[in-house]
Amino acid sequence: MSASFTKSMARNIFYGGTLFSVLLFLALTFHTTWQLPGRVPTATPAPEVARGKHLWETRNCIGCHTLLGEGAYFAPELGNVHIRRGPDFIKAWIKAQPTKAPGRRQMPQFNFSDQQLDDIVAFLKWTSEINTEKWPPNVEG
Amino acid sequence: MQLQYKSQAVAKPYFIAAIALFVGQILFGLIIGLQYVIGDFLFPAIPFNIARMVHTNLLIVWLLFGFMGAAYYLVPEESETELHSPLLAHLLFWVFLVAGALTIVGYLAVPYASLADMTGNNILATMGREFLEQPLLTKLGIVVVALAFLYNIGMTILKGRKTALSIILLAGLVGLAVLFLFAFYNPSNLVKDKYFWWWVVHLWVEGVWELIMAAILGFVLLKITGVDREVIEKWLYVIITMALVTGIIGTGHHYYWIGAPGYWQWWGSIFSAMEPLPFFAMTVFCFNMVNRRRREHPNKAATLWALGTGVMAFLGAGVWGFLHTLAPVNYYTHGTQITAAHGHLAFFGAYVMVVLTIISYAMPMLRGREVNPERSQVLEMWSFWLMTVSMVFITLFLTAAGILQIWLQRIIPSPQSFMAVQDQLHIFYWLRWLAGVVFFIGLVVYLYSFFAKDKPQTVEAGAVQPAAT
Repeated sequence: MSASFTKSMARNIFYGGTLFSVLLFLALTFHTTWQLPGRVPTATPAPEVARGKHLWETRNCIGCHTLLGEGAYFAPELGNVHIRRGPDFIKAWIKAQPTKAPGRRQMPQFNFSDQQLDDIVAFLKWTSEINTEKWPPNVEG
Repeated sequence: MQLQYKSQAVAKPYFIAAIALFVGQILFGLIIGLQYVIGDFLFPAIPFNIARMVHTNLLIVWLLFGFMGAAYYLVPEESETELHSPLLAHLLFWVFLVAGALTIVGYLAVPYASLADMTGNNILATMGREFLEQPLLTKLGIVVVALAFLYNIGMTILKGRKTALSIILLAGLVGLAVLFLFAFYNPSNLVKDKYFWWWVVHLWVEGVWELIMAAILGFVLLKITGVDREVIEKWLYVIITMALVTGIIGTGHHYYWIGAPGYWQWWGSIFSAMEPLPFFAMTVFCFNMVNRRRREHPNKAATLWALGTGVMAFLGAGVWGFLHTLAPVNYYTHGTQITAAHGHLAFFGAYVMVVLTIISYAMPMLRGREVNPERSQVLEMWSFWLMTVSMVFITLFLTAAGILQIWLQRIIPSPQSFMAVQDQLHIFYWLRWLAGVVFFIGLVVYLYSFFAKDKPQTVEAGAVQPAAT
């Protein structure tokens, strides 16, 4: 680097550049938060959706599955599973685990009540109705 | 051989703990790698989601141990004063180690839902989100340790010499602690949850951690090359400017498909396409400094790690990141093995290697000698090549798996289901696992290098030699 470009010039560019980026990011975040209610099914999710999300988290589903493409890549995408499989299949599938098929990937049995199964489905339905800019490319996720 | 400041010695247990947890991380990596092909391996004793959580959480914790050890080692030397409180540093070490160990035991011994119930997740639900799976108590523990650590480091810098290098390190560490607070924000609106979850995850690894990395790398290069501090610190400012200017708005590359407005496809694509720049600057920086060196430092292994960090961080974070960061590409690659490939090489090339760089440089002195004996260094360099090359192969196999996955599941006219596709990727998963075994062998060689002996080095420490041209 040229000697006429001094350390204090570099430092000032760092502070200026960082401040500018932070402010721009905060402005975009503010705008995004303002737009969000129009992009989700309900801005404040219903109680059963919130309970379903809580079940999703406390069973560490993200440790195998992806949800809107984020998570582990060991088991199917579930952001659109409500569209791909429908509510009854989802419940029956969860109840039937583990399959115990030799050599196959296994999902634990969570012993959910009917209420909890309904909550999980409500959460997955809510999630499937988020405006994701047409992602995933097809129903297989 | 004496340490310049005897309180630097507190770094030693941090580095030892880091290496021990690194071993645990790789063992669990081998377990989940095998579960990819033998689906019911260790089920139900250790389900995949639990083993993966151990794998990723151990990585984060051992890197944090490494960062803290690095700070305790380099801040007294930079500040030209003893650490504010070595006792506090020792105490925090045990708090962090016990909290970390209990968390891992909790993951393995108790069903995750019960762990959540037992640890206050019903008071404030923060668990069950990728990488932030820790129980509330652990998260609070992390905050307490981070605050006390920052106090200790901050007081040391305040009372001593303030160098750009230590200020940059401190800025990175403060950013790390502040952004972690978003781990406590978990709204029931999934889109909001995801949006701010990235403020921890992305703004850590593609933001403030790059400051920490630049500072550590700058410190080691300063010591082993003898290049003028003014030059090194100027480079550091340029690198971290590029890191934050591209990385902060670059967060947008995670906002394409999670419910955020479509304009993020533009912001994210344009800014994150420039995210390789700081990593490329680091590569140039490393080679430039080593070429302009004013001494031949006898620790050849540390020099190799430093240069390796420069190259591999650029490949893993820069090139493999760019590969799938543009929105039209990411539309197809999002949530596939391509992400896993990038994640592995980026974390290894940037953060694992920078921690191993500082350990390689500092550990001999923490053990009372200028450098390790020749044979020990040769073994360490063997471990460098074994781990680095095998990680490149892990990345290549996962990339191949990802490309085939995208083709079968997302591109062909009659797309196949997730599991039908996975069954066709077994060959790549097996090859990835074998590369993982080689990585583990490299790690064993690395561990062994600490104990290898030969007759003491005869090279005079710190001998000044003419700069290579």
